[in-house]
Amino acid sequence: MDRRTFLQASAALGLAGSAVSAFAMRGAKVVVIGGGYGGATAAKYIRLLSNNQIDVTLVEPNKEFISCPMSNLVIGGSRKMADITRSYAGLSKKHGVRIAQDLATAIDVKARTVTLAGGTTLSYDKLVVSPGIELNMVSIEGLTEAYDAGQIVQAWKAGAETVTLRKQLEDMPDGGVYAITIPEAPFRCPPGPYERASQVAWYFKNNKPRSKVLVLDANQDIVSKAGLFKKVWADQYKDMIEYRNQHKTIAVDAKAGLIKFDVQSDVKADVINALPAMRAGKIAQQTNLNNMANNRWCGVNYQSFESTAAADVFVIGDAIQVAPLMPKSGHMANNHGKVAAAAIVAQLNGWEINPAPMLTNTCYSFVDDRNVVHVASVHEYVPAEKTFKVVTGSGGLSPAPTELEGTYAHHWAKTIWSDTLE
Amino acid sequence: MTNMKSALSMAAATVALHLAGPASATDQQELYTKALAATCANCHGTNGKSIKDGALPSLAGMKSDDLAGQMQAFKSGARPATIMHQIAKGFSDEQIKLLASYFARQQP
Repeated sequence: MDRRTFLQASAALGLAGSAVSAFAMRGAKVVVIGGGYGGATAAKYIRLLSNNQIDVTLVEPNKEFISCPMSNLVIGGSRKMADITRSYAGLSKKHGVRIAQDLATAIDVKARTVTLAGGTTLSYDKLVVSPGIELNMVSIEGLTEAYDAGQIVQAWKAGAETVTLRKQLEDMPDGGVYAITIPEAPFRCPPGPYERASQVAWYFKNNKPRSKVLVLDANQDIVSKAGLFKKVWADQYKDMIEYRNQHKTIAVDAKAGLIKFDVQSDVKADVINALPAMRAGKIAQQTNLNNMANNRWCGVNYQSFESTAAADVFVIGDAIQVAPLMPKSGHMANNHGKVAAAAIVAQLNGWEINPAPMLTNTCYSFVDDRNVVHVASVHEYVPAEKTFKVVTGSGGLSPAPTELEGTYAHHWAKTIWSDTLE
Repeated sequence: MTNMKSALSMAAATVALHLAGPASATDQQELYTKALAATCANCHGTNGKSIKDGALPSLAGMKSDDLAGQMQAFKSGARPATIMHQIAKGFSDEQIKLLASYFARQQP
């Protein structure tokens, strides 16, 4: 007899008692694909919320967790990779999460199994897919070749490329030009490109003051914290940062140092940091979970984050089709993970899913090595509309950058790393 | 449907064994409350326990009235903040009561 049959029988007898549920939940198997902010949080919280009754395996190819939030500080030079790197050991030692350091290569949603590159097959009762984003390199002509040749990196997934981009900036002579190209929204980390431009400008101002930062944005305007970034750029980085809207990059020529656009004339730069369009991570595409927005993102039932494409599969983090005003952020992915974890625990108990889940988001951006601005929001699930909406009157922005918020930003990072991993 | 038959008898046996078990509604509500409290954990730590040498207070073990009072003060604007006045406005009075009572029950 499997768990599902037992639960059906329990329902037939009109049971929803905790005695039944304890039996139902014990030994249930959950596999989590992806150990970023979403997946690692889901793995930990499924253990916490089930009193360690549910067996959880986290599949993640990287040995260590490297944080995207705060990684722009490494590019600016005020922090090192070690400052944004954390161990996965707490998840196994403290919470009993099994960790498979491997890549998930296939999901069979009918047989409910996950195949790993190393050859192992894991079976699941519930599956969490937190694959992050895939960069659609072919959306910019010449980008794949430039990337393969080591000439252009994105550093939009923190790791080796973060180090490479930092090195490119260090190697660039004073008087050079750094250009970041931004795709049309939505993309991972809405304020990220503008924070990065600020960090590079901070580095130039102190080390290579004749250099320039070009922000070449496919969007009509700065996507997040627009007023705050514009003010900082005018106050702190006048004549250093130049912002150009409606610049949709269609091609790069790394050898010539050229960026080409759909309409505007070509731009020359010494360090090109071209961010292509983004979409749900590969494993989500392979499993056909990417059923929204021309197959870019994964549709979910927002009350639980269960996929609208496959039963017992929960998609969280940057890979989902977002609800209104929901950013693709690490904080948000962590919160998705908690809602999904609670929904999975409820389902495996035969309980109703929380009718009113909540999400918070806070996102700090460093405008130099110390001063920070934030955007915050609180999101409530609205059953009548089956979506999350920002609670009226909640949330908002900083009035201006402050060092106090810099202190809070570092506290936030350490705390969310701990909440996600320890 | 042998499988369903055996499942039915198994489920029935489980009931017989545990008729006096704790009410499911309580466990279920506790799960929802824990999920609500988890929205505070990103900044105040898992279960409201702040990180060592952190810049923000632990919520775990705070007196229920204190926590609810502070949240209301953030919400009304009586207590100024960088961010909490914006976050507090996202939670209903009922949710604030649930959070205050939950964190008061946690080990500091």
